[in-house]
Amino acid sequence: MQTIWLTLAGAGLLTYLTRLSFMGLLQHWQMPDLLRRALRFVPPAVLSAIIFPDLLMRNGSIAFSLDNYRLLAGVIAALVGWRTRSILWTIASGMAALYLLQWLALSL
Amino acid sequence: MPVRLLIKAITLPNFLRRVIKYSPMKTPADARQHPNRAEFIAGSLNELPLLLGVFPFGMIYGVLATQALMPVAAAQGMSAIVFAGSAQFLSTQLIAQDAPSLVLIGTIFIINLRHALYSASLLPYTRHLSLKWKALLAYFLTDEAYVVAIAHYDDPETSLERKHWYFLGAGVTLWAGWQLSTAAGIFLGAQVPAAWSLDFALALTFIALVVPALKDRPAVAAAVTAGLIALVTYALPYKLWLLAAAFGGILAGLACEELCKRSG
Repeated sequence: MQTIWLTLAGAGLLTYLTRLSFMGLLQHWQMPDLLRRALRFVPPAVLSAIIFPDLLMRNGSIAFSLDNYRLLAGVIAALVGWRTRSILWTIASGMAALYLLQWLALSL
Repeated sequence: MPVRLLIKAITLPNFLRRVIKYSPMKTPADARQHPNRAEFIAGSLNELPLLLGVFPFGMIYGVLATQALMPVAAAQGMSAIVFAGSAQFLSTQLIAQDAPSLVLIGTIFIINLRHALYSASLLPYTRHLSLKWKALLAYFLTDEAYVVAIAHYDDPETSLERKHWYFLGAGVTLWAGWQLSTAAGIFLGAQVPAAWSLDFALALTFIALVVPALKDRPAVAAAVTAGLIALVTYALPYKLWLLAAAFGGILAGLACEELCKRSG
């Protein structure tokens, strides 16, 4: 019970300091070139590190097969996201694909 | 500092750039007597369309937090203290898996590291503000408030002097929407069956965010490497997979960039 609040306080403080960083704290700090280049890769690395296990892991092992509906729905959503560049359409198409595949599997 | 490069480095979905643009000059009647208020209202109005997307996320977070057995106060408190959708989403998953606190904190920190890029891109626009204002605005520096604010900051036609009020209007509006939708999700929580697979919306959101970020070979290398490391290290103790994968992916991106430079 206590731990969760300490965790939230720590995470909140670090997040806040990240947001304040260049605007308020590090205005005169010359960022090393390597760090500047590395920051660009944070979003693609972090995001796909979350996506891959979510789509490919089932009960702790890798499920690379056609009856892995999350994988299929995720691929469909990625294609829709690539064409539309819309967050809402990506999510809507992915959820719809997952529901459709689950429904088909039940009724066939 | 090469701020311009940093701004370029930030990848935003294009549709977010096309926010409906309310001009502070067009807000009615008392705009001239109360120019600060006009900026605040314009920022707030321009944030509203984004709430359409934010509200379902807030509700899903609330539902997932309840399903992860987070206490109600902590679930709502996280929306106020951390105030970062994607980090909160992933936290519910880690909390459900009983990840240790330090891993949770490190993971949230890594996910939110992109906000440092936003902060850097706002530096030239916030130089004239007091530290108090900067400290206030930093709290509201989220993805959705940033896109609205930076569109206004980047508009060279209007004077910079009062734009922080616009940013504040956008931020406060988003904040209210996030807190309300979280509360609605927590309230619904117990009634939403796990069979609805709402947790899949987390992966889908991240797919939507990662696609526009894959704009060159080093970015793709970073993404693929991180994904594969995540799969391989997923079973490691302490749920360290995200940190391992993030660092590995960043290194792969840097390495690929080096190689491209040499060969090209």
